[in-house]
Amino acid sequence: MFKILEKQVHSPVIKQFVVEAPRVAKSCKAGQFIILQINEEGERIPLTIADFDREKGTITIVFQEVGKSTIQLGEMEAGDYIKDFVGPLGEPTHIENVGTVVCVAGGVGIAPVHPIARAFKEAGNHVIGIMGARSKDLLFWEDKMAAACSELHVTTDDGSYVRQGFVTDVLKDIIEEKGKENIPLVVAIGPQPMMRAAANLTKEYDIKTIVSLNALMVDGTGMCGCCRISVGGETKFVCVDGPDFDGHQVNWAELALRQVYFKSEEQLALEYRECTCRNGGAE
Amino acid sequence: MADEKAKKTIDPKKHEMPVQDAKERAHNFEEVALGYDEETAVAEAQRCLQCKNEPCRKGCPVQVFIPQFIKMVAERDFDGAIKKIKEKNALPAVCGRVCPQENQCEKYCTLGKKFEPVGIGRLERFCADRELKMGVTVPEVAPPTGKKVAVVGSGPSGLTCASDLAKKGHEVTIFEALHVAGGVLMYGIPQFRLPKEVVQAEVENLKKLGVKIEVNSVVGKFSTVDELMEEEGFDAVYIGTGAGLPYFMGIPGENACGVYSANEFLTRTNLMKAYLFPKYDTPIKVGKKVAVLGGGNVAMDGARTALRLGAEESHIVYRRSHEELPARKEEAEHAEEEGVIFDLLTSPVEILSNEDGWVTGMKCIKYELGEPDASGRRSPIPIPGSEFIMDVDTVVVAIGQGPNPLVPRTTKGLELNKNGNIVANLETGATSKQGVYAGGDVVTGAATVILAMGAGRTAADSIHEYLTNK
Repeated sequence: MFKILEKQVHSPVIKQFVVEAPRVAKSCKAGQFIILQINEEGERIPLTIADFDREKGTITIVFQEVGKSTIQLGEMEAGDYIKDFVGPLGEPTHIENVGTVVCVAGGVGIAPVHPIARAFKEAGNHVIGIMGARSKDLLFWEDKMAAACSELHVTTDDGSYVRQGFVTDVLKDIIEEKGKENIPLVVAIGPQPMMRAAANLTKEYDIKTIVSLNALMVDGTGMCGCCRISVGGETKFVCVDGPDFDGHQVNWAELALRQVYFKSEEQLALEYRECTCRNGGAE
Repeated sequence: MADEKAKKTIDPKKHEMPVQDAKERAHNFEEVALGYDEETAVAEAQRCLQCKNEPCRKGCPVQVFIPQFIKMVAERDFDGAIKKIKEKNALPAVCGRVCPQENQCEKYCTLGKKFEPVGIGRLERFCADRELKMGVTVPEVAPPTGKKVAVVGSGPSGLTCASDLAKKGHEVTIFEALHVAGGVLMYGIPQFRLPKEVVQAEVENLKKLGVKIEVNSVVGKFSTVDELMEEEGFDAVYIGTGAGLPYFMGIPGENACGVYSANEFLTRTNLMKAYLFPKYDTPIKVGKKVAVLGGGNVAMDGARTALRLGAEESHIVYRRSHEELPARKEEAEHAEEEGVIFDLLTSPVEILSNEDGWVTGMKCIKYELGEPDASGRRSPIPIPGSEFIMDVDTVVVAIGQGPNPLVPRTTKGLELNKNGNIVANLETGATSKQGVYAGGDVVTGAATVILAMGAGRTAADSIHEYLTNK
């Protein structure tokens, strides 16, 4: 059992936990993820490690409520226990000093980008952060991102905070302004359409772009292939070969189809939950 | 027992074990075989000739004291019988159910030369189930040696190795990547063949020996084998991480939605209990017509599971003929009785899907059998121009598994073969690295539960010797 030490509510749908998981905290690196299972009946869901404290033995996760399990998770409080919490999983992001790195974070992707930006900065890079969300109330961690990056740009789709536009608009401006030859690497993490758009944009400029794929997973250790996806024409398992991949090589269309594999079941799970909640948990 | 009179009245047939009706069981996840009652067990035990040379024991990879325990059953000393079994076998309720006895103990039974062999597996199962019901007595454990052993993986080989080492007085910790112990016994073998409650009951028994089990612990990620030895003070390590890496066909369309590896299909169903969705959160989606690719036990499990999840048709698609099916005969028969359709000498070349990415069919080719190859098996040869479209909407790929590379890749100085299996001495379990032992599927490739247990036993003996002389 893994204790939730702190809970923070960033918006009605974005929540943050600090979880006691000393083993994961001891060895995790930027870019890796965990899989958790709330209770006996729960499913295994992957979440990126957004921050960690090796001394305190804690892992920070930030998640958006999108379905049954994340809504149920969001209802948990500090002091509650998560049944299973396993990690670190996946390959760490390859961190090196390349000069300048642009880290683009869309929506809840701010959380996974944060430790990666910080690691690139610690490796001596000039890190240009871009963070954005649909609207102001979905933004979080502006202070943490400002600390993790050398410079930070903020945008909202609806213009409710700072500038109006997509993160890819900001990315384009920065590439145009600095010159593509001065930007050897882009990291883009967020919803799939955003990562796909960022990868399409940087392809035009021929800038290497790392994305972190959020495929469906079961075990997260390479034993089932649920998370498989074509990259450069080869089948890869996101959980062990990734989650980082070259955004220009990813078969985005395939990923988008595989992502909604269980859409009707997810809806059913949500309805079942609402029904059992109304009946006080009775079936 | 084995006096002349008894011999004359020997029943030529094994006592039947009651099973659920095929039509009914094909739609539920309840256990198919129901087990002997006391009277039947005693009667079956009385068929045993109590041979002095114990040929049956030679067929058992962990050398259970077979005639001895059977004698006790015949005399209604059931407590004594299970105690006798457990001197050699840590997981009798599992083995009694899933061992291919026809190729092991029962193959060598003297009675089997003329009649049907003694139902050794059924008797073992009876004793183990009775004990689980009545409450378990804990075997004696040697005084603590002060030595620490890490066992990586809690499948049959790791559990056996851990249990043996604990009995010898060593402090044993099992590290398991998933959230429950048992390995393939939990995620692979279906509920209807091996109830998960039975597996967990046996795991609980191991804990009573003092074995610590740390679940959610992926060795190679949170810690490496080297770190376990250097930083956490383990004197020896046993690697029993199995063959959990699914192979795919490598044909076009294989990433379509509705194509599962058997591992995913069975893990969702068994480990995550997707058959109880939405009471359990993990979903599984099965269409009307399911094709399971392959002919082994895993394929049979997949095809039978598909029926239970509501498929109208479940097909085994295998490129050789019935005779070459690698599955246990009993498993293939059970599948057939339940209505699984066998499409033999057939293999897909492409999986077709619609614009939503969903499987709509398989382009298949027919095969014929050529001359026997070096291994004596007749090799399948595709027949040119025989392509046809098979109408299916779900595909389960069960063509085999390789060793999971996480531990082999992250352990310094561990010799691997070209398939990624760990190279270990089969007599001792010793690897190229001092203090590190390995056994089960990660060494041999995908094999049987009992062979993995035998390997765990062998390694436990060598580890004990290594630690004693260290």
